[in-house]
Amino acid sequence: MIAIVDYGMGNLHSVSKALEKMNHEIAVTSDPETLIQADAIILPGVGAFGDAMYELGKRDLVTILKEAARSDKPILGICLGMQLLFTSSDEHGYHQGLNLLPGHVVRFEGDYNIPHMGWNWLSFKHPHPFFRGLEEGHVYFVHSHHVLADNQEDVIATTDYYQPVAAIVARRNICGMQFHPEKSGKLGLQLLERFARLSEKAGAL
Amino acid sequence: MITKRIIPCLDVKDGRVVKGVSFVDLRDAGDPVELAALYDREQADELVFLDISASHEGRKTMRDMVIRAAEQLTIPFTVGGGIGTVDDMFSILWAGADKVSINTSAVLTPGLIEEGAKRFGSQCIVVAIDAKYDPEEKDWLVYTHGGRKRTEKRVLDWAKEAVDRGAGEILLTSMDQDGRKNGYDLPLTRLISREINVPVIASGGAGTEAHFVDVFLQTEAAAALAASIFHYQEVSIKQVKAALEKNGVNVR
Repeated sequence: MIAIVDYGMGNLHSVSKALEKMNHEIAVTSDPETLIQADAIILPGVGAFGDAMYELGKRDLVTILKEAARSDKPILGICLGMQLLFTSSDEHGYHQGLNLLPGHVVRFEGDYNIPHMGWNWLSFKHPHPFFRGLEEGHVYFVHSHHVLADNQEDVIATTDYYQPVAAIVARRNICGMQFHPEKSGKLGLQLLERFARLSEKAGAL
Repeated sequence: MITKRIIPCLDVKDGRVVKGVSFVDLRDAGDPVELAALYDREQADELVFLDISASHEGRKTMRDMVIRAAEQLTIPFTVGGGIGTVDDMFSILWAGADKVSINTSAVLTPGLIEEGAKRFGSQCIVVAIDAKYDPEEKDWLVYTHGGRKRTEKRVLDWAKEAVDRGAGEILLTSMDQDGRKNGYDLPLTRLISREINVPVIASGGAGTEAHFVDVFLQTEAAAALAASIFHYQEVSIKQVKAALEKNGVNVR
């Protein structure tokens, strides 16, 4: 079973429906016990970084997620959920993240449209089981902050928005997608499917 | 680099598509979700559903439609029409819409933009502006109530205020061009898209694929919206994108 963390930060319909259509068993939950039992965890999220950490903390989920990460359980953060995997963020003041991957979240700065909103090209940077048999393509982004990862090896795909922007991060069982795979047409669904399928095979990630 | 977006707009009343639609390959051409799914397959980048129901029941039907749309679509969608409170926003966003669009209610209660942006994030809040040129003022003025009521607000001032208050995107409709099919309002779109730093969706006036090329080559619009030309299959999304690509506009 794949657990989708429900912590009041964004609608979860599309992610859960997409996985159901692929015949994966899912649970939309904030129950720590269900998360502990899950084969994999998806951490979605829309909104502000600080609010999200507060909401996770309030439900006693910060420790659960850290322990899950340590126990090699596959975790996928989507959009804000990916940013939460990192050390810290500057969004409305300094906030600590889950610190499962080293790096910092900063706001886009410059004379261009913010948020970065729309379909942008996903470039694969490092070989990864996610990408096997897939071709690069467009996926849908909407965000005003982006991740500066300490280790470039953790950034397996990027997009270009006036600078290279981390689009997919992965280190062993910890994965994140800055775009919305559930809103990104066929390629997005294929990437979501890859995560779900690899999660079922122990040690595949 | 980010691509320019093509956005079909569907007018929905009591859960049904309003404008007569002439698709032969749909089981139920009046079902907005089925039509939306077709546009999804045709590579539309995003969709807008505009609820023009007048009744409370109609609104409830809209929420059910949003739930079905969220289950079936693989692209983002915005819902507008009749959203007057943060609770209305909550209801639509939690049913699965990616964004809500507010128009008259934002003009009447500008604080609604801040409240919505704070609660759901700016990226969820689209402010729709109906603009009409006033020859005496030599400027575009904001209209509300579906274009029936003139305000004294200048469009640029209102667009800037909406962004300052937290709008993540501006849906800019030219009432002068709307329905005329002779092209987007380029001076209006150029002005607003140059002066604000959130994406601007151009709307009103699309009649041929060349109009899409014009609006993207001659203004800084991030997206272009159209309704009837897609519904009546006068121009397909594919044709629009082919024309854009040929003219060096980056599309999906």
